[in-house]
Amino acid sequence: MAQIIKLKDKNTDFLEKITELSGEQITLCEQCGTCSAGCPFVSEMDINPSQIMRLVMLGQESVMDSKTMWLCASCFTCTVRCPRKLDLSKVSEALRQVKLRGAIDEIDIKEISDEEALKLPTIAVVGSFRKFTG
Amino acid sequence: MKIPYFPGCTLKTTAQNFEMSAIESAKKIGIEFIELPRWNCCGVVASLTSDDLMRHLAPVRNFLRVQEMNKQGLVENENRLLTLCSMCYNTLSLSNLRMKNDADDLQKINDFMHKEEENYDGNIEVVHFLSILEEMGFDKLAQKITKPLKDLKVASYYGCMLLRPKEVGIDDAEAPTILENFVKSLKAETVDWDAGSRCCGSYHTVNNVEIVYTLVKGIILDARKNGAEAIITSCPLCAFNLDVRQSEIKKDNPDFQTIPIFYFTQLMGIALGLNKEALGLEFNKIDAEDILKKKKLIK
Ligand code: SF4
Ligand code: SF4
Ligand code: SF4
Ligand code: SF4
Repeated sequence: MAQIIKLKDKNTDFLEKITELSGEQITLCEQCGTCSAGCPFVSEMDINPSQIMRLVMLGQESVMDSKTMWLCASCFTCTVRCPRKLDLSKVSEALRQVKLRGAIDEIDIKEISDEEALKLPTIAVVGSFRKFTG
Repeated sequence: MKIPYFPGCTLKTTAQNFEMSAIESAKKIGIEFIELPRWNCCGVVASLTSDDLMRHLAPVRNFLRVQEMNKQGLVENENRLLTLCSMCYNTLSLSNLRMKNDADDLQKINDFMHKEEENYDGNIEVVHFLSILEEMGFDKLAQKITKPLKDLKVASYYGCMLLRPKEVGIDDAEAPTILENFVKSLKAETVDWDAGSRCCGSYHTVNNVEIVYTLVKGIILDARKNGAEAIITSCPLCAFNLDVRQSEIKKDNPDFQTIPIFYFTQLMGIALGLNKEALGLEFNKIDAEDILKKKKLIK
């Protein structure tokens, strides 16, 4: 179904910031959709990975409210497939970092039950806190 | 052969079965792991922003320890650092790559570590145990097998971190064969399936377990459909998701057909004739002994 997306004025600073933080030339994205097609988390995402690329390109800061960057697990599936050799895992990380550096964490250790805390391996806990806290 | 070995935190806790089975199996084929005298957690996930240099410090510090081991004579002229955990492998490798490619970054990290006795010279190679086996030759490994894993159908689960990104992958990112070659060398049967390098959900297991359940179900169903009787992995996080989370799926859906999850080194140990006590099979959540007994591989 056709979707109508209302764009806000282009925030070039935002595009520049994400380009610099990620080190990826986001404007090179040709919108082929390969990244979205192979992403193992796409069904859970509100905005799919290639749309994120387009919105960042258009300087739409509203992508910061999307769940997508938090769902991206840096699995590098899209990274190895992008015909433009763009690394979306780095774009997601840059978006996450913008939020996390504002001292807003995405996970609260207190929300993990005692039962889970005892069960979870170190690797999961360290990985999660690396990605979800600043 | 003596080789410096980075265990990582998880192999000392929930994945002891991985470490035990790897060390004992390696001994059987003449490889001695020499654990770094001091090591620190690599941070699990690689830092992916351009400016976040600080997070590369932890991985790089471990490379200094390898340099020291050579000086102290703990190993002889060995610039390789061996890992077992796929995520350690990936994180250490990506940090190392950055240090090798960017002299400024290396300088900054070295400046920051000024209390260390020496600088990191950029010459360490991070290697995964599977690559060592491949280099040695899977045919050589096959010759050392005393208990062929006949008729056991093993699905090779690569996950993400062994293969991607390409710069650090131990094999072709889209069509890997290293684990299948390993399986063949143990005389087990390989399984042709689709989910071998599909992400298991990774650290989402901490605060979004539903996603992990969905992905794990998909992976197990695909393995089942293609006739797998066992799945092997080299990542303690994959193992947790595939094994422990799978057992929870089973609890909620009694009809769900489970598949046992092994570290590749546990099957290697069996094939090399180690007794089951050396392999920590009791740490595996989904019963791992059942299928081995059925195939008359253990008593
Ligand atoms: S695969 Fe690459 S080029 Fe294609 S849409 Fe995704 S980021 Fe853009
Ligand atoms: S790196 Fe992120 S966006 Fe790319 S496929 Fe994996 S989860 Fe999806
Ligand atoms: S990646 Fe995992 S196992 Fe490796 S050092 Fe870090 S927490 Fe420990
Ligand atoms: S499959 Fe999952 S845990 Fe395993 S390496 Fe990939 S993300 Fe990590």
